[in-house]
Amino acid sequence: MSDVAERVKKIVIEHLGVEPEKVVTNANFIDDLGADSLDTVELVMAFEEEFGVEIPDDAAEKIATFGDAVDFLVKAQAA
Amino acid sequence: MRRVVVTGLGVVSPLGCGVETNWRRLAAGEHGFRRIDMFEVNDLACQIAAVVPRGDGANGTFNPDDWFDPKEQRKVDDFIIYGVCAATQALKDANWTADTPEKQETTGVLIGSGIGGLGGIYETSVTLLEKGPRRVSPFFVSGRIINLVAGYVSILHGLKGPNHAVVTACATGTHAIGDAARIIAMGDADVMVAGGAESPVNRIGVAGFAACRALTTGFNDRPEAASRPYDRNRDGFVLGEGAGCVVLEDYEHARARGAKIYAELIGYGMSGDAYHITAPTPDGDGAYRCMKMALKRSNTSVSDIDYVNAHGTSTPLGDEIELRAVERLLGNAGANLSMSSTKSAIGHLLGAAGAVEAVYTILAMTHGVAPPTRNLDNPSVETAIDLVPHHARTREINLALSNSFGFGGTNASLLFRKPS
Repeated sequence: MSDVAERVKKIVIEHLGVEPEKVVTNANFIDDLGADSLDTVELVMAFEEEFGVEIPDDAAEKIATFGDAVDFLVKAQAA
Repeated sequence: MRRVVVTGLGVVSPLGCGVETNWRRLAAGEHGFRRIDMFEVNDLACQIAAVVPRGDGANGTFNPDDWFDPKEQRKVDDFIIYGVCAATQALKDANWTADTPEKQETTGVLIGSGIGGLGGIYETSVTLLEKGPRRVSPFFVSGRIINLVAGYVSILHGLKGPNHAVVTACATGTHAIGDAARIIAMGDADVMVAGGAESPVNRIGVAGFAACRALTTGFNDRPEAASRPYDRNRDGFVLGEGAGCVVLEDYEHARARGAKIYAELIGYGMSGDAYHITAPTPDGDGAYRCMKMALKRSNTSVSDIDYVNAHGTSTPLGDEIELRAVERLLGNAGANLSMSSTKSAIGHLLGAAGAVEAVYTILAMTHGVAPPTRNLDNPSVETAIDLVPHHARTREINLALSNSFGFGGTNASLLFRKPS
């Protein structure tokens, strides 16, 4: 797992209180990891804080899974 | 109007978590005061508080994980966790589970707080200033507002009846129990979980209450001696934290299901001082009329009152005014009365005070013991009333009054009768 993925995973585990093995690429924050819509807002804030990036609302809406988050942040960091 | 009884108790206070721990320590004259070490106090006039003892949950310590989902805890201020803890205890004690749609719809919640999430409002203000609005948590509002104690309790226990919250400063817990009883008396619910919760022990809370000269300042090196209601050397109250809840129930409903009945709530009084934002009326008229109203529909006589759990915060002004109001109410019958301030053990829990003190008042009746007024070495005034100095007094208590008075000149009294 990449450095970005490890950091994203740590945030997801902390915020949603889920088992590490559940945080897989296609795990959906709401359907699989028990988040509600406010939890996802907070997750995106935590990603912004951790990676020092701004995630606009329209981009945030497309981040539904752990894999989506990692992909977005890898690209954002490369930019 | 239907009769209303108390069938469950719950408390988390500076004396600990749980009814048994609280009563054992209260009756033994123990206390929950200490120097504040959770935040910087060197520049604060008051450097002590009464703090809930945290631990693994054993020996009466409070373990938040036992009561509130750990991953949810950081979304809310402590008053919500305390409130959920006390409410859950009370429901369990009452052996009441809303496990059918009918039970759900006839069970309500009325839990208030004086201030709510003061600590979280402060921290978020700092975040807003330093990092901007994009860093304000989506849980900022829901984790700070007062009625979210009632909200969380209803969600966790599936209670779909009236869902309400009271905000009347230091009278909140008392008003909440009184108002909840009215909801049952009127037939709008059969069971209500009622009480108050507060978590004001933070830098902004201490600074604020110190600024309005309400807090003790002369006992920073002797926290155990700082809360001394009626004593000559008292110089202000000590902030405390925690929550108290009772389960109130329609008498016939409680009897039909064979519930344990602790007490009947036979009177509820309310009044306003219309005088000053923080000071009580010098003649104690607001307190007097409040207690008088609590007796109005009770079919009892003032001379039947055995015990008063006083508001008695340990402020220079308030204690004597309340004492004079009780003397005026009871007249010569005061010689048979015991009246103590349990704030001498747990400090002032603001919006939770009245609820925790209602629990203590009911336990005093149950055990036939008036809990002590700690630190009462030299009463500042003479009175025929037994102020229960230092040590608990064993005595029959069949009728007991619990008083709470709040900023803004709001007063509330509850009158409980022991079941015969």
